[in-house]
Amino acid sequence: MSIARGPTGFSLARVGAMVLRYWYLLSNSWPRAVELIYWPTVQMLTWGFVQLYVAQNASFFANAAGLFVGGLLLWDVLLRSQQGFAFAFLEELWSRNLGNLLMSPLRPSEFIVSLMVISIIRLAIGMLPVTLLAIPLFGFNIWGLGLPLAVFFADLVIAGWAIGLVIIGILLRQGMGAEALAWSLMFLLMPITCVYYPVATLPAVLQPIAWALPTTYVFEGMRAILIDHTFRIDLMTAATALNVVWFAVAVVAFYRLLAAARRAGSLLQQGE
Amino acid sequence: MPAAPGSDPRFAIEVRDLVKRFGAVTAVDGIAFEVVRGTVTGLLGGNGAGKTTTIGMLMGLILPDAGSIRILGHDMPGERAALLERMNFESPYVDMPHRLTVRQNLTVFGRLYRVERLKDRIAELVADFDLGAFVDRKAGQLSAGQKTRVALAKALLNTPEVLLLDEPTASLDPDTADWVRGRLEAYRAKTGATILLASHNMPEVERLCDDIVILRRGRIEDRGAPADLLRRYGRDTLEEVFLDVARGTRAEGADPGLRREEDEA
Repeated sequence: MSIARGPTGFSLARVGAMVLRYWYLLSNSWPRAVELIYWPTVQMLTWGFVQLYVAQNASFFANAAGLFVGGLLLWDVLLRSQQGFAFAFLEELWSRNLGNLLMSPLRPSEFIVSLMVISIIRLAIGMLPVTLLAIPLFGFNIWGLGLPLAVFFADLVIAGWAIGLVIIGILLRQGMGAEALAWSLMFLLMPITCVYYPVATLPAVLQPIAWALPTTYVFEGMRAILIDHTFRIDLMTAATALNVVWFAVAVVAFYRLLAAARRAGSLLQQGE
Repeated sequence: MPAAPGSDPRFAIEVRDLVKRFGAVTAVDGIAFEVVRGTVTGLLGGNGAGKTTTIGMLMGLILPDAGSIRILGHDMPGERAALLERMNFESPYVDMPHRLTVRQNLTVFGRLYRVERLKDRIAELVADFDLGAFVDRKAGQLSAGQKTRVALAKALLNTPEVLLLDEPTASLDPDTADWVRGRLEAYRAKTGATILLASHNMPEVERLCDDIVILRRGRIEDRGAPADLLRRYGRDTLEEVFLDVARGTRAEGADPGLRREEDEA
């Protein structure tokens, strides 16, 4: 038999195989697909009506239409990118399939890229209908943000992936006991990253922490567009630079947790 | 991918002085063995003997604290990604995604292993393992026997040169288990693959294995061909040999001088 069966480096074919695996899962289970749209829609309706009510009673909010709905939609991009990434990985633990994958030629880097791709697909399924629904219901067209929206989107998605990477690293090392992190960790960020209010609202002690998060710059940048009608390139540059740092830290943390899991033997003890 | 220097081409698996500790517990304590290419070797031992840890290290899932593993002449885990394309694994303790159909699962794994002419290969395995009646059913809806057949089909998708099996017939009825053993024998005969089998089923080990490695408390307690072990222990079945090893008892007439390979040396 041959010694090698072909190139053994990074394989887009294996990434494609994993994306296909998650696509099969979504297409075989319509409740999962519906759920992707359900929560963003419920949130958007709730915050949309809050915004309508507040705008009717406060001129500031009347002049800054879309502040809440815009914040919510961008928050959902962050949340869903992290959850899409981490939940796809959790599917392997829930179905006790992780052993098959870890004992296949799939490389960690290929697994990560496939999780990124599927998180974008899940995000698109969940967010596209909601953003379009916000236009007739609340008169807020997030697509009207234009180019800044693309930058906001990229920064939020990369931040979501960075957090997702750390979560799956912890899951590999600690097992299902860490599952709650996948659901809850992002909500710890929500008050600090200032989704619905400016950083200046936070107590002074929390403000440096907020400015250390790339996502804070995105929400500040969104408010600058909606309130002051200016695109703050400085905020976007800072967000992107911080994202590069945080994503690199997340990759290092993931590989260290994976190595620790290999030393501890915890990869063989995955599952419910 | 040239073989590592010093490896012996006769062996598919070479394990040298392998040690794994988990805190204060030494799960694998300096074991060394080889598996000759094209043979079936049984890895036996009671619970906690170190079988699963050894298999985990052979698959590169657990990093050893000391020692070395060579598979097909190459270092594991150093050349893990390339080696895993030539190996496969099956265990009833690992499932395939429940919400995917059998065909979808085989398609995904076939692509992960970059199997050429995948549709033809799947059709071949569907025929070999008699999966036709449920190939388009979701994996979560299958019986234990059907799941095992699908898992074995997945394990043979890439026509592995080295196949690791962890209790492949656990929870199967005798008829299905016998059928599975027949398929494994046919696969080995057809491809010349090397099989390492961890099992508690002694008749299965006796039927399939050319060589047996018995682990106890992380060490190799004994090894040899099934007939040799029966003769040396003065027993009629491997189950009796297994009990002797586990309990440290011997039958009258057993050969006291040939218990351990180290003793022989």
